[in-house]
Amino acid sequence: MAKKFEKGKMVPVPSRSIIPERDLDKSPILECSHLGIDFGGLRAVDDFNLTIGRTEIAGLIGPNGAGKTTVFNLLTKVYQPTRGTILLDGIDTAGKTTTQINRMGIARTFQNIRLFSDLSVEDNVKVGLHNQERYSALTGVLRLPKYWRQEKAAHERALELLSLFEMQDLADHKAGSLPYGAQRRLEIVRALATNPSLLLLDEPAAGMNPSETAELMENIVKIRDTFQIAILLIEHDMNLVMGICEGICVLNFGRVIAKGTSEEIQASPAVIEAYLGKGRGS
Amino acid sequence: MKQISAYFKQMKTVTKIDYATYAGVVLAFAIVLAFQSAGLLNRSITGMLVPICCYVCMAVSLNLTVGILGELSLGHAGFMSVGAFSGVVASMSLGFTGAGDVVRLVLALVVGAAMAALAGVIVGVPVLRLRGDYLAIVTLAFGEIIKELLNSLLVGFDENGLHILFNYDGSRVVSDLGLTENGVEIIKGAQGVAGNQRLATFTVGFVLVMITLVVVLNLVRSRTGRAVMAIRDNRLAAESVGINVTKYKLIAFVVSAALAGAAGALYGLNLSSLSSTTFDFNASILILVYVVLGGLGNIWGSVVATIVLYVLPEALREFDNLRMLVYAIVLILVMLATHNQRLRALLGRLIPKRKGAAAHG
Repeated sequence: MAKKFEKGKMVPVPSRSIIPERDLDKSPILECSHLGIDFGGLRAVDDFNLTIGRTEIAGLIGPNGAGKTTVFNLLTKVYQPTRGTILLDGIDTAGKTTTQINRMGIARTFQNIRLFSDLSVEDNVKVGLHNQERYSALTGVLRLPKYWRQEKAAHERALELLSLFEMQDLADHKAGSLPYGAQRRLEIVRALATNPSLLLLDEPAAGMNPSETAELMENIVKIRDTFQIAILLIEHDMNLVMGICEGICVLNFGRVIAKGTSEEIQASPAVIEAYLGKGRGS
Repeated sequence: MKQISAYFKQMKTVTKIDYATYAGVVLAFAIVLAFQSAGLLNRSITGMLVPICCYVCMAVSLNLTVGILGELSLGHAGFMSVGAFSGVVASMSLGFTGAGDVVRLVLALVVGAAMAALAGVIVGVPVLRLRGDYLAIVTLAFGEIIKELLNSLLVGFDENGLHILFNYDGSRVVSDLGLTENGVEIIKGAQGVAGNQRLATFTVGFVLVMITLVVVLNLVRSRTGRAVMAIRDNRLAAESVGINVTKYKLIAFVVSAALAGAAGALYGLNLSSLSSTTFDFNASILILVYVVLGGLGNIWGSVVATIVLYVLPEALREFDNLRMLVYAIVLILVMLATHNQRLRALLGRLIPKRKGAAAHG
């Protein structure tokens, strides 16, 4: 798989890119250029450019109301962008629906947890496996051999995915009855079940204590290593972002104000100003 | 024997409940048959058996739309009437050609289900694409429109086949159909159907209830059912995991309509005369009451609630004028009782691990 990087043989990656070196010889999984959306007169996101490598863990940070979740909603087509293009694995996603985007390879979690709370934990994951099971409603009603075969496979796959977070013992519990942290983890498992090539995590550590956050950081890296996918995450916990993100993009008032590695971001005057305000006399 | 008990042990709670539902219905059928052969049932009870089966199917199928899909439908009786009338037309037409009773019955149920499914597609395709409570509004209108349409429909059958006339200005009469001497008049406008041969039996009703239960329960426990319930619980999340929302809403709604059509056909074949006013808004609400009282998404609850609430008004006949008042009070008491936290907790203890072992583990 690992092709050696040869100069001049690949698609040139723009200089603004923050792709980690190991992904350089592959085409990026996601390329947004000049992405923007207006809500009435408000430019919620404007001129948003981002490139994410095949196996990169990227972070999207910014003060409250900067437009981070709006970017996620643009990428998953919950909102149709007013301007700009999104290339997923080199394919233009213009005019696609949220459902189609998932089938093309983007899965996400939500800032305010959106589980199927009346379904069991296992069924939540199986809903994620929906497009990998291939039998019709009629086969399901008649319970033909295909049904039993695929349901058995789905059951095993669901438990396997749940075991990533050691949640296999909770499989029969109702999703809505899980503790908060477990619900967040279940959302990640459900997203992973759809077999994505890019995983979007919207504040995965929200409401977690430091030890849970530390565990989550390990798990995010583990997911990337196991599934060899790219992960883009929104997070306010700077320890998490600076700890695991290889590239970080800072958003303020809908515009990118800085991009780079964690060291570059921490040293950027624009970022310090956005978070802390302008120093007097400087 | 050991293998069987081991199989039961590893079975999921929902699967156990499904099997218990089937077992309960079979048991109830056996008991009624035993009573009937012992001559313990009077005419008023035996007359209720087939309608009870029909309404059980109606409630179970409506639960698919309201409880499983989470969309409110106020015109379920409309699908029932489509099934009833098309089923009766099929049965009487086939009777003219001299087909056997079993063939007529089965084909009438199939035609009833198919026509109701078609009506479901016509209603569902435009409405289920929208977000919000539009389905309730449109199905409410559908129930009323279908009643008026059937009121102005003239249908007859003779050697040349089916004659259908739409009496849009009220000036047409049955003789305008141009039937031959031997032809049968089936639907006579506002007068409805008369002279229908009653083919429905309790056994057929039982079979239809079982079919309805198998279809609904198997659908719910399949990939399709999970997608439908996912849409109910959180539409945006369902879209984000790649579920085609409109498609699965439509599947659930059309299956629900088709089952209602089959139930309607059976209902029609249990009566010698049939009028579209039977299937009015009140009938739709009545079925909805069965579903709500049995519990949204709870299939065996729908079965039990339908039987109890269908028999109750008959059992209350001695109260005469106070009948409906007592009925209403019973409804209110049941709802208060089932929403009482302490009572629910008590029930939860009595029936251990009822909700998928979710609460305690």
